[in-house]
Amino acid sequence: MAVATRRRLLLLAPLAAAAAGGGAFTALLVRMQEGTYDPHALPSPLVGKPLPRFDLPGQPPSPGFSNADVTAARRPAIVNFFASWCVPCVQEAPALALVKAAGIPLWGIAYKDQPEKTAQFLAENGDPYVRVARDQTGLVAINFGLYGVPESYLVDADGIVRWRWAGGLSGDIIRQDLMPRVKALA
Amino acid sequence: MKAPRLFAALVLLLLALAPAARAVSDPAEMLPNPAEERRAEALGEQLRCLVCQNESIEQSDADLAKDLRRIIRQRIAAGESDRQIMDWMVARYGNFVRLDPPFDAMTLVLWGAPVLALGGGLGVALLLRRRGPAPPPQPPLTDAERMRLAELTEAGPPAR
Repeated sequence: MAVATRRRLLLLAPLAAAAAGGGAFTALLVRMQEGTYDPHALPSPLVGKPLPRFDLPGQPPSPGFSNADVTAARRPAIVNFFASWCVPCVQEAPALALVKAAGIPLWGIAYKDQPEKTAQFLAENGDPYVRVARDQTGLVAINFGLYGVPESYLVDADGIVRWRWAGGLSGDIIRQDLMPRVKALA
Repeated sequence: MKAPRLFAALVLLLLALAPAARAVSDPAEMLPNPAEERRAEALGEQLRCLVCQNESIEQSDADLAKDLRRIIRQRIAAGESDRQIMDWMVARYGNFVRLDPPFDAMTLVLWGAPVLALGGGLGVALLLRRRGPAPPPQPPLTDAERMRLAELTEAGPPAR
């Protein structure tokens, strides 16, 4: 009797393992659909750490800025990397206007771009930035752990990076990811 | 007759070229010291190109990969150790930048999988071995059974 029960349990073991695997897989799919899990998300080691130190020249007529300038006002701000040669940056422009309208200071860094082309980009797509600096060599971007442009970093009042978005911001991302975080910081 | 030989020559040529298939084509990018250049290449092969993601920065022609290659060489020339350079990269891009992930809490299951699989297999083998008590001894054959067996084996009726 005891042996038979044990055997039956042993038969159930693979079924239980398959059920557990299936359950985990379904949970993954559901979370991907809800948007709470993204297998392509690129975790940033910068989150939770202070803004990297930098001091970049400006894109005329804007003066340049340093990491200290970004945090001087002691309120949440966004550092946004962009370039005139980047198509998603053009698509991102309306979303950046929303961020500006929400009263969040935007600091722009033109990544590996030519000054005239950056000027033309800002004239065509709007200039939502407090200031625009130039990272001609792209070395400051590497200190941020930049993958490509556009990329945005939310910095809190103490100069700690709280969130990074690799890719263009959109209305949905601003509503679902950015604004709740900014509100939590206020 | 001619075609196979041509084919063989082509294969040999490709094999000869294969090790040179990296993106560092510009000699100006290389370090003058061959030992240091080898270190730089070895490091670059362990680092993921963040743009293309399934290539190492040594293989990739992406702009960012070029920048990272240059940084590796600058740091080697400045006398930094491989470990220091790797830490510098991981501080900026996380463990994702390493093509060979380290053993830590996050990768425990990944690295532990072979051990788990082996353990599971051993467990099953052991369970199968001590599956219940041995079956009771069979009772001796009856006369009817003996006859039937003899018929089947065509050896004639058994001697009494």
